[in-house]
Amino acid sequence: MDYSQFLYMREELSLLLVILILFVADLFMCPDKKSGKGVYNTALPVVLMSVLTIVNLLPCCGAQACEAFGGMYQYAPMMTIVKSVLNIGVILVFLMAHGWLSRPENKVKQGEFYIVTLFTLLGMYFMISSGHFLMFFIGLELASVPMCALIAFDKYRYESAEAGAKYILLALFSSALLLYGISFIYGGTGSLYFSQIGALLSGNSLLSLLGLTLFLAGMGFKISLVPFHLWTADTYEGAPTVVTSYLSVVSKGSAAFVLFTVLIKVFSVGQLFTDWNIGLFWIIIASITIANLFALRQKNLKRFMAFSAISQAGYLVLGAMGGTAQGMTAMVFYLLVYLVANFGAFAVINVVEQNSGKLGIADYNNLYQTNPKLAFLMTLCLFSLAGIPPFAGFFSKFFIFMAAFNAGFRLLVFIALVNTIISLYYYLLIVKAMYISPNDQPIPTFRSDNYSRAALIICLLGVVLLGIAGWVYNYIDTLSYGLDTIL
Amino acid sequence: MDYQYTLLILLLPFLSFLVLGLFGKWMSHKVAGIIGTVSIGVVACLAFYTAYAYFGAGRDADGTFATELPYNFTWLPFYIGNLHFDMGIMLDPITVMMLIVITTVSLMVHIYSFGYMHGERGFQRYYAFLSLFTMSMLGLVVATNIFQMYMFWELVGVCSYLLIGFYYTTAPAVSASKKAFIVTRFADLGFLVGILIYGFYTGTFSFDFTVSGSVREFAGASFILPTALFLMFIGGAGKSAMFPLHIWLPDAMEGPTPVSALIHAATMVVAGVFQVARLFPLWITYAPETLHVVAWIGAFTAFYAAAVACAQSDIKRVLAFSTISQIAFMMVALGVCIPGEHAIIDNHGSLGYMASMYHLFTHAMFKATLFLCAGCIIHAVHSNEMSMMGGMRKYMPVTNITFLIATLAISGIPPFSGFFSKDEILAASFQYSPLMGWVMTGIAAMTAFYMFRVYYGIFWGTENKEYHEEIKAHGHLGEAPLVMTLPLILLTIITIFVGWTLPGTFGSYVSATGQAYVIHLDPKIAITSVVIAVASILLATWIYARSSQPVAERMKAAFPRLHEWAYRRFYIDEIYQFITHRIIFAYISRPLAWFDRHIVDGALNGLASGANGIGERIRPLQSGRVQQYAYVFFLGAVVLFFIMII
Repeated sequence: MDYSQFLYMREELSLLLVILILFVADLFMCPDKKSGKGVYNTALPVVLMSVLTIVNLLPCCGAQACEAFGGMYQYAPMMTIVKSVLNIGVILVFLMAHGWLSRPENKVKQGEFYIVTLFTLLGMYFMISSGHFLMFFIGLELASVPMCALIAFDKYRYESAEAGAKYILLALFSSALLLYGISFIYGGTGSLYFSQIGALLSGNSLLSLLGLTLFLAGMGFKISLVPFHLWTADTYEGAPTVVTSYLSVVSKGSAAFVLFTVLIKVFSVGQLFTDWNIGLFWIIIASITIANLFALRQKNLKRFMAFSAISQAGYLVLGAMGGTAQGMTAMVFYLLVYLVANFGAFAVINVVEQNSGKLGIADYNNLYQTNPKLAFLMTLCLFSLAGIPPFAGFFSKFFIFMAAFNAGFRLLVFIALVNTIISLYYYLLIVKAMYISPNDQPIPTFRSDNYSRAALIICLLGVVLLGIAGWVYNYIDTLSYGLDTIL
Repeated sequence: MDYQYTLLILLLPFLSFLVLGLFGKWMSHKVAGIIGTVSIGVVACLAFYTAYAYFGAGRDADGTFATELPYNFTWLPFYIGNLHFDMGIMLDPITVMMLIVITTVSLMVHIYSFGYMHGERGFQRYYAFLSLFTMSMLGLVVATNIFQMYMFWELVGVCSYLLIGFYYTTAPAVSASKKAFIVTRFADLGFLVGILIYGFYTGTFSFDFTVSGSVREFAGASFILPTALFLMFIGGAGKSAMFPLHIWLPDAMEGPTPVSALIHAATMVVAGVFQVARLFPLWITYAPETLHVVAWIGAFTAFYAAAVACAQSDIKRVLAFSTISQIAFMMVALGVCIPGEHAIIDNHGSLGYMASMYHLFTHAMFKATLFLCAGCIIHAVHSNEMSMMGGMRKYMPVTNITFLIATLAISGIPPFSGFFSKDEILAASFQYSPLMGWVMTGIAAMTAFYMFRVYYGIFWGTENKEYHEEIKAHGHLGEAPLVMTLPLILLTIITIFVGWTLPGTFGSYVSATGQAYVIHLDPKIAITSVVIAVASILLATWIYARSSQPVAERMKAAFPRLHEWAYRRFYIDEIYQFITHRIIFAYISRPLAWFDRHIVDGALNGLASGANGIGERIRPLQSGRVQQYAYVFFLGAVVLFFIMII
């Protein structure tokens, strides 16, 4: 066996190295249980992940698409970009988590949090780079099982434990269906390699269509698309806020990208191509519309963000329509912009929760009076989520609509546009609460910790600059591939 | 030649804006002013160096200065056709000239404002906006394509709005800023539509019109291109205050006087002229007739504004109308260009192009001087009204001399710069048609008359002794501090020398073809215009220089109607009021408002309550029961399967 093949997996291996370093650090630098004082702080994982991201991005410019282990592992330069985007998300999560993790009940578990989070990230890495359904499934599960531990991280809090239980039960259910679907595909073709299945799948057989359906359902669960989204609101509400933000962006984004690549690699022969386009068409419409309808009535911010996230996921998947290279660019760019905007909003929610314990939308009334900077930042992030120019969200929506429009899905773009207007309404409701609605007892003025501030500043810069700095989009565009371009 | 550093010309003012805007609150006035002034000073040095390097680099084989593109990248790609929005920096002779004009005047205004705005509330904000404006204006002139130009065009509009409304607690300033913004925005609608039509038919936004030396062939050139160009001109007419879109400029004088000098005299208001000049190859090739329409609009504006200026009593208003009139001169100069005999663009037929740019340059300098002088006077007497002044030459000698020189320049008296540029404009007008030539000569005479009227009104004439004694009693009536007079002196030096000491002549830097063009003074036109200007000045001296003005009183009494009409600016503002309030608001807006409130809102409210209703209906779906979730999940998969199978 040629061991040099491992070099192709340098991103996964270096992430594993980071995990091991943190593991060892956790052993020796664990805070003292009695005094509660710890030397182990947030800076270490943040620095390690930043270094990892930079190191990954540096040689990426020259890297070529390649395969390892007989096609089990596949790599394309675009994957480095996606993984780096996920890394940025994880770094933001770590920064945001500082306040929460330095609470007495969490102090001892600080190291655990980092390691478990990074394991889910490793799972996503494998999932993204998989070239074989088994590899894909292992990656998926590696991302999913530790995720449950994260959701139930506040295990003595009833809601957190309940959310964890709900998540694991439904995740099992969806995994079972996904596996069932994979078995249909295997039954139809006798292979699990993406590169082989594409040629072997016959377009019209019921078997492959069943496989496709169950695959879509399984991924729909991960991305929380309607009608596979029902776990989302309960889990988001119960999970610790930091974990919710992680779930709503990183886990979703990786799954959406994998959905895209697998659909174009495996399911794009003959009639199947039309089939999944029709399927996604209805899933997207349902996701955007139904999530919008639910979001209108929410009183709890985390639940609200859950429905907002479902709706945003619909837009994200819009990039997959037609499987074009332009769609891939638009999707990755959308993910990046959505990441900064959503993390920005969650960072505000998180610091407010850490300092006042409040999560209701009505609690935010008149936040502007007491915490003007936070209110302003939240406003910018919500504007970006709603797609108001000149913030980054406008450009990402513009690109994603343009991609779908050019792929020929004009009706879908129109429906999505109408939904954007509806979404504007509920995003502005929060802005209205913060600036206009009177409140006798607004959340008192507080100073957030430095790590959260760093996260907030990164998000602010992203929201303001990503749209204006056109080269980001252009750079992603040079690496993207789709059905219309040869990889 | 590599001009990578030109990016700094845009970045430095922007950084200064950010620093002053974000952290100005914690700075002292002095620090804020120094940050703004130093950054613009560095930019001015860079601009002068750029000019030196660009014109010093020599000409290409075809005798033109090469167009440099240090930066040009695709900002927003479309995947339809070849259209894309680019951002970048382009250097060509008129851009380099504009860089000098903008940075020089801006630097002078920055220095001057130290004295003028001293102790003013919001001093840091003022400097932040000045920096932002400078950045936007520079971005406008270095634009590589019409879309970038449009973006910066809107930005300067916003800055103008912010600075006119700087004294936002006074009602006239607020309404003037709104008026300026709304009128120019309304005009910019034409610009935008023009850009879209242009982009749609030609498939490009770029300013690169040439293909191997000649102007590129465009589809739809016959009818579409003149339409698009004229629509764009409407935007330019709004910014450059052409009749009937001029109404915002006199009101814009509510802003601080240095702002009027920078934005509403020297830079932003000439953006329209610059735009026409930028698109000049298209105008002259595809729409010469439309270009002449522009010339006549300009001629009428010049006449109208000169007539109004003769009757105003507020010195800043006089200067504002004089600005309108002078910009119209530049527009006329562009409009009277005619296609040449051998090539469509030749330096002889397109003499007006050079003349227009020349006048833009000289006008920026002497009009900025005039405004800054007016600022000094207003600073001293705390009033804009001429009746509060008179006899000021005793108190403000420096201001007196600089104002006089600038007035002589604008009147077209040699050897001051205005003479040279105005003479070229008149020559170009005569070349187009004798009628136009005589009309413009007449307006030039009016210019000399009203400018000397205001000069005598301020510095000679009847002194308002009572009021002046009162000012002296409360403090001091005299020359402004050095920080304010220094910019005046510097700008005056430019005005004195630039006409005849420029190495070569202006035409060897900027001309329609780009090749060197030696300017010949036409003695007939030069002598005629000087004689007429001197006669007007003498007339003004006879009427206004003495301490009592019987002639003026008698004339006012003899033509009361005419004086009243001119003083009221021929009731153009009232006509606008009538059209907007009585006709548009009553017969268009009100029905629309009804439609909006009852039909559109009704439909949306229905949608909202419908959405709410559906939301209520489907709420049981989110029950919290895991079994049910799994059930829905499975059902969803089944439905999906059937959707796909069909």
